[in-house]
Amino acid sequence: MRGETEPGAAVGELVAALEAVAAEAVAEIGGVADASALESARVRYLGRKEGKLTVLMRRLAEVPPEDRPKIGAAANRAKAAISEALDRRMAELTAQASAQVVGEDLTLPGRVSWKGARHPVTLVIEEICETLRYLGFTRVRGPEAETEWHNFTALNTPLDHPAADMHDTFYLGDGILLRSHTSPVQIRTMQAFRPPIRVVVPGMAYRRDPFDASHAPAFEQIEGLVVDEGISFVDLKATVAAFAREFFGPGARVRFRPSFFPFTEPSAEVDVSCLICGGGGCSACKGTGWIEIMGAGMVDPAVFEHVGYDAERYTGFAFGMGPARIAMLRYRIPDIRLLYESDVRFLSQFD
Amino acid sequence: MNVSFNWLKELAPGLEGTPEELADRLAMYGAPVDAIEPVGEGLADIVVARVERVRPHPNADRLSLCEVDAGTGEVQQVVCGAPNVRAGAYYPFAPVGASLPGGITIRRARIRGEESNGMLCSERELGLGRDHTGILELHGTYTPGERLTAALGLDDVRIVVDVTPNRGDLLSHIGVARELAPGGEAGIRLAPFPTASGEAADGPALADAPALRTTAGPGTTGGVKITIEDTRGCPRYIGAVIRGVTIGPSPDWLASRLRAVGLRPINNVVDATNYVLYELGQPLHAFDLDRLEGPEIVVRRARPGETIVTLDGQRRVLDADMTVIADATRPVAIAGVMGGEDSEVGPETRNVLLECALFDPRSIRRTRRALGMSTDASARFERGVDPEGMERAIRRALALIQVVAGGTIEPVIADVHPSPRQAPVLKLRPARVSHLLGIALDVRQITSCLEPIGFQVTPGADGVLDVRVPGHRWGDVEREVDLIEEVARRYGYDAFPETLRPFRPSSVPDDAVARLENRLRERFVARGFLEARTAAFAPESEGDVALLLPLSSAESRLRRDLVPGLIHRVEYNFARGVRHIRLFEIGTVFAPGPTPADPPLEATRVAAVFTGSRQMPHWSGNDAAYDLWDLKALMTEIAEALGPDLIVEPDDSPRPVYESGLYLRIVDGDGRKIGEGGRVASSAVDAPAWASDVWAFEIELRPELAVRRPVTFQPLPAYPAIERDLALLVPDEIPAAGVEAVIREAGGQLLEAVWPFDLYRGRGVPAGSRSIAFRLRFRAADRTLTDRDADAATARVLRRLKDELGIERRV
Repeated sequence: MRGETEPGAAVGELVAALEAVAAEAVAEIGGVADASALESARVRYLGRKEGKLTVLMRRLAEVPPEDRPKIGAAANRAKAAISEALDRRMAELTAQASAQVVGEDLTLPGRVSWKGARHPVTLVIEEICETLRYLGFTRVRGPEAETEWHNFTALNTPLDHPAADMHDTFYLGDGILLRSHTSPVQIRTMQAFRPPIRVVVPGMAYRRDPFDASHAPAFEQIEGLVVDEGISFVDLKATVAAFAREFFGPGARVRFRPSFFPFTEPSAEVDVSCLICGGGGCSACKGTGWIEIMGAGMVDPAVFEHVGYDAERYTGFAFGMGPARIAMLRYRIPDIRLLYESDVRFLSQFD
Repeated sequence: MNVSFNWLKELAPGLEGTPEELADRLAMYGAPVDAIEPVGEGLADIVVARVERVRPHPNADRLSLCEVDAGTGEVQQVVCGAPNVRAGAYYPFAPVGASLPGGITIRRARIRGEESNGMLCSERELGLGRDHTGILELHGTYTPGERLTAALGLDDVRIVVDVTPNRGDLLSHIGVARELAPGGEAGIRLAPFPTASGEAADGPALADAPALRTTAGPGTTGGVKITIEDTRGCPRYIGAVIRGVTIGPSPDWLASRLRAVGLRPINNVVDATNYVLYELGQPLHAFDLDRLEGPEIVVRRARPGETIVTLDGQRRVLDADMTVIADATRPVAIAGVMGGEDSEVGPETRNVLLECALFDPRSIRRTRRALGMSTDASARFERGVDPEGMERAIRRALALIQVVAGGTIEPVIADVHPSPRQAPVLKLRPARVSHLLGIALDVRQITSCLEPIGFQVTPGADGVLDVRVPGHRWGDVEREVDLIEEVARRYGYDAFPETLRPFRPSSVPDDAVARLENRLRERFVARGFLEARTAAFAPESEGDVALLLPLSSAESRLRRDLVPGLIHRVEYNFARGVRHIRLFEIGTVFAPGPTPADPPLEATRVAAVFTGSRQMPHWSGNDAAYDLWDLKALMTEIAEALGPDLIVEPDDSPRPVYESGLYLRIVDGDGRKIGEGGRVASSAVDAPAWASDVWAFEIELRPELAVRRPVTFQPLPAYPAIERDLALLVPDEIPAAGVEAVIREAGGQLLEAVWPFDLYRGRGVPAGSRSIAFRLRFRAADRTLTDRDADAATARVLRRLKDELGIERRV
């Protein structure tokens, strides 16, 4: 058979067959319904073992060498046509498939994880510490159960002085109490280190106030202490004002009023322009435009004497505030008890 | 301290400004104002009326029919139930349509058949006092129809000043005036008292005074011997006698002054002493001289067990630390706190012994705390009264008593003053003022700050100033620094600049535990947990350190663990219908100290309690509740965050709050338990039926854990891995961790990782065993592994499992 075949005719026949397979394939591919049918079509025409095009190409051996380029070119054309048809159909099917997803109701909510949150008082404490860090303050802590000496005596508060009434104290035993402020840490810090001291002390304090809308028997306090040579009242005012502007915003104004604390002299109450009304007067500031946020003052020489510092050489200042109160002002929380009830619906608002 | 605006302006005639402006200035001087209240609030409709005629009500024994002239031009009939109503007297009257304080509106009424057009009012009905035994008779001359507030001087404003404990001098009108008056001290003037004839009078006591005779030993006034035995408790006692007084109601101007500062008028003599107390800050006490045994005054310590019935009707048991004023036989007053009922000035009193004394602040404080009482007098003595103002105070009081109650003052005032104190003169270095305050102030500026408030400044040697402290500040100005504070205060804190200067860095290292706490917070928050802050108080069952005087039995101890407190917060949320709860807390726990004399031991812990769905419920389903594996994962995560050596492992001896069999502990490298967790026992939580399991754990944060480990980069694998799965039949008594350990060891260097990925019991698995499927991942660092490598290693693993644990592959 081979010998009888006219070479020219064989070439023509093969080219025609290739073109026919290509046409057949393109037609079939254009009609397949899905990706797996498309894959079967690909295997049927281009498959390496039984693909129709592959099978035809095996007849290349029958063709005289000088005609083989013609066949090769035809085969490439056929293959390219089929490949193109496959790609086109695949693109069409993909487009159809994605069009079908429109069947989902996209108004339904997505899958979400629980949101955690730090406590609003923690947020305030951390922000205060962070703000003071820029002003050179390092952070320290001290025990919550203290000696009377650290809590009162060393802080120039004689136990029979009316100032001791300012905080009715929880006692645990003879001379042992729950600290009524974080100030005993001032004493511990000055005993353990030498100036320059610039520390911030967050922590719990305890006073015998039953819970009500504005008092808690256990509450957070945060205070700062600076001791070095040449520290003055102007430094106190400047540091506190810089802190307040950073913490409450550049528009915050600060006012110092004389006050009394046994362990500072001169002493001051620090007011900041009302966070709610900005100073115009509202119910939060009782119409004054000012909110009391801090007690402060120059360290009393008697305190230095208790820790063995030379009060002529060293001067310093201290200031203290209540992060719970600041959190209440900042987040407009009307009742301090909300802070400590741990109601999930409350806590989850501060993420 | 309640300050009357009118009174203040009378004392400081040059004082200008509204009450609000004065309040602002006071605040900037260190005495913030808590409230500004109109005194006659709610009394705008009340007028003064004259009762023209009184006759019995025809149908009621206790009622009267009064014809009342309220200035309307016609007399109105009013039914009155007060026993003290009489014709010719003036009373406050609420006409028809008037509102009383508290909101009651007066209507025309018919009472037992008789028409009543308004109401004659009692003190209580007007909010002016507590008296309701009769209507308020006004003592003076009035025009019917005049507004009551104007007639009684109630057109006043009460300024409530918040006085710090160091400033006893501000517990008086003169002290407040001294701060505010232009020129300070120099601008103050004690006004003469209005007399019944309408003239003002200083009173004879101030003008042609009886002599004040000062003695170190016992003194005598009007035949009364005065002795101080307890000179420490009472450094000075001034006594004066006034005879022939007529006790009665105070004139309205005096009663109004007292009402303006919130006091209840009692009688003219007592009111006079209270007036001086509020004006000058010196507490005074008036005794009924005829009820003093002797008559004699002895200031001494109480005898143990001695008792006295005080003015408030209470019987008080005294102790030997308390100073009393006694007569010849018994205590007649608790010094500086309260007088006795026996010697009280009452309607029958004719002769009065007036006491003006100085008591030791500490002793007063101790006494009034021991007796659980605080009075206007004790509040002032505790903070220190003005020793230099005592003579002025008793003369002022005598004058006032004579004006309002008549009588004759005995010619000698006894002043028993064993060791008179010199006014302190303090050294003040202007250079130190500038050093501490940070601004340069010269002598003139310093002087102009101090002198208006009573200090006398004299230049001394080397530019140092000698500053004499006035009596009203002896209690709190004792050192140079106290004077510097006065300079700063009077200079004005506002006037100081706010210039930030360079500073030296702190020598104190930063708190590493705080950083650790914040890392933990981040992890919990990322896991959807909410931070709780709970008080450290606990009931007896949850703490070992007791408070001596707790607020309640539920708060009688300091907590030993955090978890019980968090469980209470979970219960609180359950009670509000919240079922998905994830709380964590970082806080302090307490354990008893080595001996009762030591403070308790404290530790910082982190704890979490959680219940409900592990994910926010979604419409696609997937709202499985938290289970043991969530707990273990979280415990492990936190343990890993804390340190490389911490191990989470089963523990079969749970503490009562946890369920047995679902309990894990965390141990450190030395095998010491530092944490625990598990399912909260149903007996330990009050959970509603709809609640899911409650899980909890707690770990101690030791400072040494706060050392942060450096992270070192591990090279990424360069060659592919091969995985093999082994489903193993593991007898129940062999823990998975034991199987895993053998696999790890047998797997050799090529075994990169192994982990269980399936657990199955049931068909095909013999009873007493379970099938655990492990996935083993092999990888070589330097070449691509072949299947043969992996197969060889797997075979080795299987052999070792069989040899060591008797475990076979499930087929």
